[in-house]
Amino acid sequence: MTGYNFTLAGADLVALGTGALFWPDKKLLCVSDLHLGKADRLMRQGGPLLPPYEVKDTLYRLEADIVLSDAQAVVCLGDSFDDLDAEASLREDELSWLTRLQAGRRWIWIEGNHDPGPLSIGGTHLQSLPIPPLTFRHIPSPSSSGEVAGHYHPKVQMTLRGRHFAKSCFLVDGDRLILPAFGTYTGGLKTQSPELTGLMRPEAIAILTGKQARAIPMPR
Amino acid sequence: MVDASSEAAQLLIAPTGAGKTLAGFLPSLIELENMHGNGLHTLYISPLKALAADIKRNLTAPVQELGLNVTIEDRTGDTSSHIKRRQRAAPPDILLTTPESLALLISYEDAPRIFANLQRVIVDEIHALSESKRGDQLMLALSRVQALAPKLRRIGLSATVDDPDAIARFMALDQQTCPIHFADAGVAPDIRMLHPLEHLPWAGAGGRYAIAQVLQEVRKHKITLIFHNTRAQAEIFFHALWLQNDDALPIAIHHGSLDRQQRHKVEQAMVNGQLRAVVCTGSLDLGIDWGDVDLVIQIGAPKNVKRLVQRIGRANHQYNAPSKAIIVPANRFETVECVAALEAVRENDLDGDPKGQGPLDVLCQHILLVACSGPFDPDHLYNEVRATGPYLGLSRKDFDDCLGFCTNGGYALRKYDRWQRLLYRADGTYVLRDPRSAQRIRLNVGTIQDTDTLKVRLQRQRGGKPLGEIEEGFAATLTPGDTFLIGGEVVRFESLREMTVEVSRQADKQPKIATFMGTKFATSTLLCDRILNRFEKKDWQGLPPDTIDWLELQDRISTLPKPGSLLVETFPRQGRHHLCVYGFIGRNAQQTLGLLISKQLELRGLAPLGFVATDYATLIWGLEEVMDPKSLFSLTDLESGLEEWFAENALMKRSFRTVATISGLIERNMPGQRKSGRQATFSSDIIYDTLRKFEPDHLMMRITRDEAMSGLVDFSRIRQMLLQIGDRIEHRRLGRLSPLSAPLFLEAGRVPVEGQALERMVAEEAALLMREAGLEI
Repeated sequence: MTGYNFTLAGADLVALGTGALFWPDKKLLCVSDLHLGKADRLMRQGGPLLPPYEVKDTLYRLEADIVLSDAQAVVCLGDSFDDLDAEASLREDELSWLTRLQAGRRWIWIEGNHDPGPLSIGGTHLQSLPIPPLTFRHIPSPSSSGEVAGHYHPKVQMTLRGRHFAKSCFLVDGDRLILPAFGTYTGGLKTQSPELTGLMRPEAIAILTGKQARAIPMPR
Repeated sequence: MVDASSEAAQLLIAPTGAGKTLAGFLPSLIELENMHGNGLHTLYISPLKALAADIKRNLTAPVQELGLNVTIEDRTGDTSSHIKRRQRAAPPDILLTTPESLALLISYEDAPRIFANLQRVIVDEIHALSESKRGDQLMLALSRVQALAPKLRRIGLSATVDDPDAIARFMALDQQTCPIHFADAGVAPDIRMLHPLEHLPWAGAGGRYAIAQVLQEVRKHKITLIFHNTRAQAEIFFHALWLQNDDALPIAIHHGSLDRQQRHKVEQAMVNGQLRAVVCTGSLDLGIDWGDVDLVIQIGAPKNVKRLVQRIGRANHQYNAPSKAIIVPANRFETVECVAALEAVRENDLDGDPKGQGPLDVLCQHILLVACSGPFDPDHLYNEVRATGPYLGLSRKDFDDCLGFCTNGGYALRKYDRWQRLLYRADGTYVLRDPRSAQRIRLNVGTIQDTDTLKVRLQRQRGGKPLGEIEEGFAATLTPGDTFLIGGEVVRFESLREMTVEVSRQADKQPKIATFMGTKFATSTLLCDRILNRFEKKDWQGLPPDTIDWLELQDRISTLPKPGSLLVETFPRQGRHHLCVYGFIGRNAQQTLGLLISKQLELRGLAPLGFVATDYATLIWGLEEVMDPKSLFSLTDLESGLEEWFAENALMKRSFRTVATISGLIERNMPGQRKSGRQATFSSDIIYDTLRKFEPDHLMMRITRDEAMSGLVDFSRIRQMLLQIGDRIEHRRLGRLSPLSAPLFLEAGRVPVEGQALERMVAEEAALLMREAGLEI
């Protein structure tokens, strides 16, 4: 898999331009914050009727990464569903698509703040997953190290020669890695936000998603 | 006027300053003498909140003097909520309001009671409203009010317009037109072009060369309004003006991006006669009476004759005296446009763009607002809508598409059957599924889009002084230390904190960054045609000698552009090959043409590097010479390029955001949105991309495409031009650049043609930053 190669707590990892993380030694693919069923939740709450294609689009991109990486294990790092009722809103064809993706590989759902309870969908449901030297959990905990987390949807906003652009990004320092949101209907939190500057060490880098993953010092 | 007050609908057309507003109220005052206190009698609607307040002042005084017992109140976004509630319970005799506030009023369940006794509606400045979606929304709201008060009579008040019948159709009810009354046109304006003392610049739009002469005129008059076409130009001019204002004449600046308090201060100073001149933009276009203006100066070609006439009308609010105005061309080409515009004013030939059918996004919003007021019958609503001017002839299919969108999103994939926004009931009516959504729909009312703007404040003091607003896109280009102009001051960008731009005062005379962006008007078809006709007849009357020499040189070296054909020049310059297309179709369309032609050049392997567009021409440069430019202008090829180009186009995404917000697909003010953290919201671009991928023919995409075609992309003018010229393309292959193309080389706003350029820039920047920071992980 081509992407940006880096090391966290001794583990060699690859940040993919799609926003997924690959751990070649374990053949493990990790994605965070899919927020499946978001359009449906907004609707249920009397909000606008967004195009109901975000589950399809997210699964389509996830499948492409699984096929390319030939992952033996998939870790969904929490907020996989936009809320506990969102799972029920998935259409028959979307559910069977998920089942097809799960076939022949380990599939772990980590709990997030949006989907904190047990889900009936297949796969293993965990609060966190330790695979030494790394630990996978949804919300980063400031004291730990070797941590892979999500939750914040980090994004970089930059101006290059007068052109303004924003890209979701990974954040990495010696202790932890924060994944960008992989779901289609997700926004981002600027790296300059206090939540992120407080969490990441001064030497942290941001790996931009895009056609090719590239690293820059984390903008603060 | 009073005689005609029994008509169901009528239009009064009078020049600015003829006192038409008071005339509009006269029948109401007469009727109210006997029947006041019976609930809302007259509704007055104006496009500006400030105008409603102004009218309230001007109307209350005579009513009190006459001892009439008539209550007059205004209701706008500024009115406090308890007064609004009271107004719904006990409406005044006369209510002064805006289209948005009226749209909200019809969405309440008690709307039938509020409007039960309504007799008259006065729509002020209807010519301004009829050009925008605000007018379409207003007419839809009035169709609703008309259903509640069938005896309602409407009167529209308009400034002089090109096509009075179009406005009559716009405001008429259920029929093609309504009676039009013309007031005496008054005295012809005294209007001329400034004869520059210096050589005119070749390019640019600021008119700074003329500052000394402008100051001279200000000294000779009581109050001068100095109009600019954009806020940015107004800021730059104002700044430069003060550097030369040696006798410190009191001159202020007024435009829509300035802080409200600052604007009020300027308006007050004008009324009090404390100012000698105001540098301004369209924010002073509409008919508020702010003092004794006796001269209007228009800097830069006016782009549009109608706007020019209205601006001229601001000078001298006395009916029987001529308004006095001076036009200042900003560059050599603009002298041609200014002369053409002056001629059009004298001949009273005003430009109007034919207005298409009422937009469907506004209709979607209307359907949702109607649903807020209670159950509705779709057939009744369709007939009501179809009877209003802008939607005359609306097809049932378009209506049903909008209704479908409001009901379940209108998606091919039926996913929301359980969560529809509107429910269809057994009795054939529609209701809101969730009554709580009424509040969210009301929060989203209106068709005005605030482009995302950020407040600018002075740093240091706590809650520093607000200076105004800048566009988010401009703010994003600033780095700490950059200086820019706002309110005529040079300020230094310090930081961006919680959606506020913090700045400090800077003594520098020269701002580093030009200024914030702003919309640019495109020159109207009428003016372009007049210029081409002058070229054909070689009619140089009124032009300065500089300009005449330049045009004759062009005729000798190449040829002049003419009506009915398209002039295309090719020539080498500095190792690059250039192609210049004189389409005369306005800036937006010439810009689009630049994008589409570069695409064609890329397909042919001619390696285009970039282009630049003005209102008249597009200049494209590349590595290879274009031998056969005629083949580039196939309408089919250009149209197919357009389709692809929609994919990744910022203009399309911007249009989509507007359409999606108006029709209620995106919420403008989600309650509690700010608090819940920014990562919860996502950009409308994502929704656009998703629809493009999965349902490109969805109603929202259709509306977006239609709007872009006639608006920012303005492809309609390209199509019209190509159909008109057929195969009459005149190609001149020249050894060097032509006189007419020369100014294009000085024009700002070059657009690079980039395939992988951005990706490459990111790569370079990333490597550089990492090296600089000494980082490697």
